[in-house]
Amino acid sequence: MNLEIILHAGIATGTILLFATIGELITERSGIINLGVEGMMLVGAMTGFSVSLATGNPWLGVLMAMLAAGMLGLAHGLVTIHLQADQVVSGLALTFLGTGLALVFGEGLTGKNPPLVPNWSLPGLAHIPFIGPTFFANHSVLVYIGYIFIPAVWFFIYKTRPGMHLRAIGEKPEAADTLGVNVYRLRYLYTFVGACLAGLSGATISLAVSPGWYSAQTTSGQGWIAVGLVIFAQWNPLRAAFGAYLFGALRRGILDLQGPAVLLGFTNPLYINSNWSFFLKMAPYLLVILALVVGSRAAIKKHIGSPAALGVPYIRGDR
Amino acid sequence: MNLPFDVRFERRSEDNPWWLPVATALGSVVVAFVISGIILKLTGGQPLVVGKFFWQATFGSWPTFSDTIVKATPLILVGLACAVAFKMKLWNIGAEGQFYMGAFFASLVVLVPIVPMDSPKVVILGSMMIMGMIGGALWGFFPGFLKAKFNVNEIITTLMLNYVAILWNNFWIFDKWSDAGFQMTPMFDKKAWLPRLADYAHQYKAFSGITLHLGVLIGFVAAIVVWWIFQRSRWGYEIKLIGDNPEAARYAGLNITRNIVLVMMFSGALAGLAGMSEVSGVVHRLQERISPGYGFTGIIVAWLAKLNPFAVIVVSILFGALIVAGREIQPSGLAQLLQGIILFMVISSDVLLRYKIRIVRVKPLTA
Repeated sequence: MNLEIILHAGIATGTILLFATIGELITERSGIINLGVEGMMLVGAMTGFSVSLATGNPWLGVLMAMLAAGMLGLAHGLVTIHLQADQVVSGLALTFLGTGLALVFGEGLTGKNPPLVPNWSLPGLAHIPFIGPTFFANHSVLVYIGYIFIPAVWFFIYKTRPGMHLRAIGEKPEAADTLGVNVYRLRYLYTFVGACLAGLSGATISLAVSPGWYSAQTTSGQGWIAVGLVIFAQWNPLRAAFGAYLFGALRRGILDLQGPAVLLGFTNPLYINSNWSFFLKMAPYLLVILALVVGSRAAIKKHIGSPAALGVPYIRGDR
Repeated sequence: MNLPFDVRFERRSEDNPWWLPVATALGSVVVAFVISGIILKLTGGQPLVVGKFFWQATFGSWPTFSDTIVKATPLILVGLACAVAFKMKLWNIGAEGQFYMGAFFASLVVLVPIVPMDSPKVVILGSMMIMGMIGGALWGFFPGFLKAKFNVNEIITTLMLNYVAILWNNFWIFDKWSDAGFQMTPMFDKKAWLPRLADYAHQYKAFSGITLHLGVLIGFVAAIVVWWIFQRSRWGYEIKLIGDNPEAARYAGLNITRNIVLVMMFSGALAGLAGMSEVSGVVHRLQERISPGYGFTGIIVAWLAKLNPFAVIVVSILFGALIVAGREIQPSGLAQLLQGIILFMVISSDVLLRYKIRIVRVKPLTA
């Protein structure tokens, strides 16, 4: 097993989780929980795939994937912001709706080969030993977009005025409102943005990292892992990025463990009986739970936690 | 833009008449069907043909209606499981995993075997039911405990455990109990089968081919038990109080931590029972994909039924029909799409229960 290859694949897989996790993080920062990430990702993956197939332009596919998922996000926004429905249930509805839409419109896409988002090697950087081949060589452009995306989001949330408004409407919407911030409009906006990123994450699967349309197996629960990672990250984009790459690498590493007959000098039990890999496949899901336990204990100790108004509908004039 | 009228939301102060929630629920289902029809048309399908097929495949004849009830049976139990948890605002999204664990534990009775296979049928079926409930309760215990002890979000833990349960099941059916390399266990002994109407076909001709099994009665009994707990018992009152107003419940000295664990276990046990009813009443073996997402559909069932145990039965029959038809209708995601739209419509229509919508004439501004 070659560490370079495993890390390379892990970074690519992590990019999927990165977009979805940061998207959900932004939405939750504005005070809206959107549990429909899995559904939105599937819609994104399907839309991106089929648009690229139809037009021959993968970038148009990525764009449409974001918009399609964004529309679902707006539906969630309408139901939870104006109609004040329960955000948890609405998010679940969105999961069903997105999955259903993706399966209905994705009928017959399996096995097709649309043009994919191109792979690049960054000149100069790619030749640094170890780091170059792992991080900067032969990756999809979307992976590099991910690298730039992380500091950009951090800067936006913590260092800009709109970012301050974003945090304010999630922590204390009534105070933000008195300062002239339009809470409703911004919550719509960030629900839309978060959903678009979930769509991007879906397109990252189908048009870049593991190209293809495998109906509901395309995402296989990564949307839910993203939701868990947001809590693990304590709503901090840098921790979210770390978690996304860690879990991405883990998912990949598990696949790679099954290959070799001898592992670290021992006979590989997975090689003899591949059924043991079912237990290995449980690891990411169990680790999310473990991460949440560790995270929430730390949160209790340090008195940090979710945005104060998370999940609470804001009703103007209801104070 | 100045419209000559204005739409106003007015908060309802008086109690709603009893028919209003029923009417909005029915209305949302109808609207959902219409929207799905439009989407189907967009993909190039023929909504009316599919609709007619839907009716014939579900309620059209006694055998198909029996199929619908057979699919409704696990939904009743899983829907009750979700309703119980949701009453306390515990988001148990893990009924799917609890269902699988219930099925697994119930199957242990036959596969290990836990009771000798020559014991009377009642003993075998009884221990399968108990084991099913234990399996589900165990899978509800972990998230409940983590929520109560460390305040870990139960939505995520229950969901993650769904995947773990399915993988766990897969290991055993691929490995130790695989039937000649197939991804399923050998067929259970007939003594471990819940009685079906078709078993009595030699006495009553009409029953031949009717797959309806005793599980549906288990569902009815469970609904009555849940109703009794919520309407008549002290525990049910505590659950409702904690769900409606946890602060007040805390001041009243209720043990919230303990109730979180107990409710999650009770909820899990009901979902586990659904798993038992499915392996013992329908598939008669443990295999892959014994559930086409019953655990998730149960969430919608509970919500559409407004957490009322008897309404759960009615809604389950509708969704049972959706599953029966969904197996044969193309494209395959249609049933899921319909479920999603129904749930969306239901929660959106709730606004009608909280607000009166009034269209008022606006006096034109005269300068």
